[in-house]
Amino acid sequence: MSGSPQTVGSAAGRRASLAAAAMIGVGVMAAVDEIVFHQILAWHHFYDRSSSAVGLLSDGLLHAASLVLLVGGFFWLADLHRRGVTTRRSAWAGFVLGLGGFQLFDGTVNHKLLDLHQIRYGVDVLPYDLAWNTAAVLLLLLGTVLAFRSRREAVPVPERRR
Amino acid sequence: MKGVHDEARAPAHVHHHDPASHGWLADAVVWAPSVLLLTLLVGGYLALVSRRAGTTGRRWRRRRTAAWVVGAALLALGFSPALHAAAHAGPRGHMVQHLLLGMYAPVGLVLAAPVTLLLGAAGAPGRRRIAAVLGSRPVGMLTHPLVATVVDVGGLCVLYLTGLYAASVGNGALHLAINVHLVLAGSLFTWAIVRPDPAPHPRSLGLRATALVLAAAAHAVLAKALYAQAPALPPGAGLPRAELEGAAVLMYYGGDLAELAVAVALFAAWYRAQGLALRRARRAWPMIGA
Repeated sequence: MSGSPQTVGSAAGRRASLAAAAMIGVGVMAAVDEIVFHQILAWHHFYDRSSSAVGLLSDGLLHAASLVLLVGGFFWLADLHRRGVTTRRSAWAGFVLGLGGFQLFDGTVNHKLLDLHQIRYGVDVLPYDLAWNTAAVLLLLLGTVLAFRSRREAVPVPERRR
Repeated sequence: MKGVHDEARAPAHVHHHDPASHGWLADAVVWAPSVLLLTLLVGGYLALVSRRAGTTGRRWRRRRTAAWVVGAALLALGFSPALHAAAHAGPRGHMVQHLLLGMYAPVGLVLAAPVTLLLGAAGAPGRRRIAAVLGSRPVGMLTHPLVATVVDVGGLCVLYLTGLYAASVGNGALHLAINVHLVLAGSLFTWAIVRPDPAPHPRSLGLRATALVLAAAAHAVLAKALYAQAPALPPGAGLPRAELEGAAVLMYYGGDLAELAVAVALFAAWYRAQGLALRRARRAWPMIGA
């Protein structure tokens, strides 16, 4: 996943921090979706009998991948931290981009394109869709700004060498 | 697995599996195979650990022994009269039995690194034989992450999408054979992904993570299909829809838990290996190591 400790430079450290944190962001938003909207609020349905076979397949893949991304991103970030090449601001930028990316994909492809399930049932769904996807775009914008501002961030000098 | 109708049709059979109607002696008799299984597995493992200590003089990691004890206990529980009765009571109990045998017990057993232990406990000729088996073509193919995924998930598809599930209801031997297959296929899959033992066929982290995602996705899709198609699936089961839906939800979230456990095991092993490589590099190049 990352190079040897000798070759990881500042730019590579920033990119790796951003990517690892983005993996965690995708996984966290998927978990929030599952826990808050499926379980606590019970707005989303486990299966609403309108889903197509392709929709179920895509949902299953996304569901399985987001969990592996969450765990993989966590261990990758821990490894970068151990090597002393984590950059804090790039990592936050990646995390927010991951959150927004999942939210937008879920709100457009899953809910609308594949018609998997809606945000809420028995109400006019348009305000919910707008709020959902606006939140996603805002997160993506925030992540982009953070990533742009962290582009000159230096790798912190490690406290100890051995 | 036995629905209400079956119980009415065969009360004697159901009575046979009701522990409450027997005395403690009968309880002891029906629990004996589970206790024996647990004793044999744990006793055998501990015997190998002590033999390995005699051969190599090195200590065996305690968490591996702990993983084996947990895996063996889950296995014994899965085969126990309690789970047998639950499986007969309905599809939800049946699903809990499958989760224990096919997913949770294998995680414990595989994390115990049984092949490493065997290699350490065996003498030189035994070690050569084990290495030859591990290096053989069939073992290499079977332990390919994608092949192991197809074997594991394919078995589930055959069980739930054909008449096999219905045929196993009331057929004790077939039910047992399916359960044993679940343990073996689950262990093969978990081993192919986590690979806690030395093996001659290297498989990349990306390939193993991809296979894990594909297997978990197929498991989730199968669970939703069973939910969506209840009570037509499993074919010929003839069980109430609500019970089948409950079992499918258990399968979905129970599968998530197993996926999480295997993912943590996979990436934790990678993290440990990276740490070893890093320490070696720092020893070799102390001036440049960050």
